[in-house]
Amino acid sequence: MSQADVLPIRPGRPNPLWRLSLFRNETVTVFRRWRTLALLGVLAAVPVLVGIAVKLETGRGGGDGGGGGPAFINQVTNNGLFLVFTSLAVTLPFFLPMAVGVVAGDSVAGEASAGTLRYLLVAPAGRTRLLLAKYASTLVFCLAATLVVAVSALTVGALLFPLGDVTLISGTTVSFGDGLLRALAIAGLVAASLTGLAALGLFVSTLTDSGIAAMATTVGLLITVQILDQFPQLHAVQPYLFPHYWQSFADLLRDPVWGEQLLRNLGLQALYVAVFGSAAWARFTTRDVTA
Amino acid sequence: MARIQPTPEADGTAGATGRRKAVRYAVPVVVAGVAASAIGIGSALASSGAPDLPKISAQDLIAKMAASDTRQMSGTVKISTDLGLPALPSGLSLGGGAKGGGGKGGDASPQAKLTELASGTHTLRVASDGPDKQRLSVVEQSAEYSVVRNGDQVWAYDSASNTAYHSKAQQGQHGGSNSREGMPGDVKDASPQELAKKALAAADDTTAVTVDGTAKVAGRDTYQLLIKPKQSETTVGSIRIAVDAKNGVPLKFTLSPKSGGKAVVDASFTKVDFGKPAADTFSFTPPKGAKVTEGGKEVGKEAKGGRLPEGLDGLTGGAGHEGGSKVIGKGWASIAEFKGDKAAVPGKGRSQGADKNAGKNGDASKLLDSFGSKVTGDFGSGRVFSTRIVNALMTDDGRVYVGAVSKDALIKAADAAK
Repeated sequence: MSQADVLPIRPGRPNPLWRLSLFRNETVTVFRRWRTLALLGVLAAVPVLVGIAVKLETGRGGGDGGGGGPAFINQVTNNGLFLVFTSLAVTLPFFLPMAVGVVAGDSVAGEASAGTLRYLLVAPAGRTRLLLAKYASTLVFCLAATLVVAVSALTVGALLFPLGDVTLISGTTVSFGDGLLRALAIAGLVAASLTGLAALGLFVSTLTDSGIAAMATTVGLLITVQILDQFPQLHAVQPYLFPHYWQSFADLLRDPVWGEQLLRNLGLQALYVAVFGSAAWARFTTRDVTA
Repeated sequence: MARIQPTPEADGTAGATGRRKAVRYAVPVVVAGVAASAIGIGSALASSGAPDLPKISAQDLIAKMAASDTRQMSGTVKISTDLGLPALPSGLSLGGGAKGGGGKGGDASPQAKLTELASGTHTLRVASDGPDKQRLSVVEQSAEYSVVRNGDQVWAYDSASNTAYHSKAQQGQHGGSNSREGMPGDVKDASPQELAKKALAAADDTTAVTVDGTAKVAGRDTYQLLIKPKQSETTVGSIRIAVDAKNGVPLKFTLSPKSGGKAVVDASFTKVDFGKPAADTFSFTPPKGAKVTEGGKEVGKEAKGGRLPEGLDGLTGGAGHEGGSKVIGKGWASIAEFKGDKAAVPGKGRSQGADKNAGKNGDASKLLDSFGSKVTGDFGSGRVFSTRIVNALMTDDGRVYVGAVSKDALIKAADAAK
């Protein structure tokens, strides 16, 4: 990963690859942390737990569960692919965003508290570019975390349960390949659902020099907003809370696909990225960095 | 410690730095402001803008609706219902009550499920191709409830419990159509088309029907048909139906109570398409692994419930099923009278002792007590249960009066029947 052997030294005019290498460095930094790996490990364990629990329950013949439990859990015994949907539905309210909140909150504040932010800024990359690289690496983590859940769930589902044609929630049956494509699209959608929170975490991260404080604030905000989203009295503001449409990914499993909530979710995430991304930029490019 | 300044070419003047800071901080504020105003303008545009349409008389508009031969359509309906019922404990929700009455809890039969539409806001997707091909889906979070009718086959599928329900409709009759003959304000009817037809059937000398301007519904130009009861006893304030100016299909139905406030029922297409739906929309094969309930007979039995909406049926503990029923009055002021099974009436013969009423009615009577109010009159004494549109009087000697009328009218009817 040394820049010297990849890049010709051309002073004065930064090579486009330069930007990429900054992004690559940041991404590698994120994924080399033990903390990140632990978070991914926890995420990978969730589908395993859910899968084993469902298997044990049906093994005892207690399968007549009715309509309770997390979304799609009744379908898991018929088709292992549904473990992907169940696991994403289970991890999306808390596990996934918490992991993203930790990584995003740590992105700038962590460097500041470790005293390394100054050295990053000494490099002639510019603060805007550094911030973009930080955000991009957080987005990579969003996608990676979602894929870890999905792949782990698919593996466990394939090992423990039969795979086959997929029954959509409208009662229509589609081929396994179609179902797999939809699962992939859903994973992408779930990752995209986390971009708003990632921007919020980045903004919080520029406000403080303490990595722990930024992580705690981001995760605390997430929990607060999730709770606010439950109160029926607040229904007027709920459509503007970032987790409000998170569970809409299930609309991809309708026949025909119902796009209304999906588009609202993506629009809302874009809005949060625009507002908090620019706020993070305003803060980061104008503040004095002392640490 | 050397400070790293925001920009390499720091010019040193505090004023310039402050200004630049302010400009940068303005960016997120502007982004948020633009987004907020875009949302505001967007929703204002969607709801405003009465289209310019040639004038039409109420009679012509009704004729247009009657002559409408649109049989093929699909779209999304949003239905909000606010009967003003107190929030019920989850086990005793309206849907749960009706399910229990059906005798088979947890199956996917349409009668049980569609009752859930009686409260809250729901999104439905509907598709129709001629009189014997329909599909209705209740969109739930991460789940869906679908009813598909194709010829004499009626299928229902509940994805949350992975159960299916199958029944055979009698020649050309929809499984659920028997229960559609309720009073005005009956909320089970999902499509505005059905709701409007019913409202028009009720229109006679008791009712004023006018055309009240135009509106845009689901992107289409509509006339607004305004129906106002002339009788003073009723709790119905007005019914407003938005009728498509081109093909006479009702696209929006609003039932407002006389007491004002939010509409009791507000069913509106948010998206509509008059093209032919794909043929496979109406084909249904039960998914592998789904539990299938056969329910041909349930349909006929349920029809006996007659004019009592199933939601109320659940509330009265099924008292209407056993006894005879008759209708007092006419038009909007009509009141249904049921002579129920006495055991089903809570608090019978006691002034306050409803709680002691042991057995299976214990829970129900406690519930009833929590939102019924005591009344007395020439008929004796009883309890009045009020919603925003339907009131019910349950006398201590086992009679039940239900109607979209005021409490006083109910008591008067009870007195007269004594």
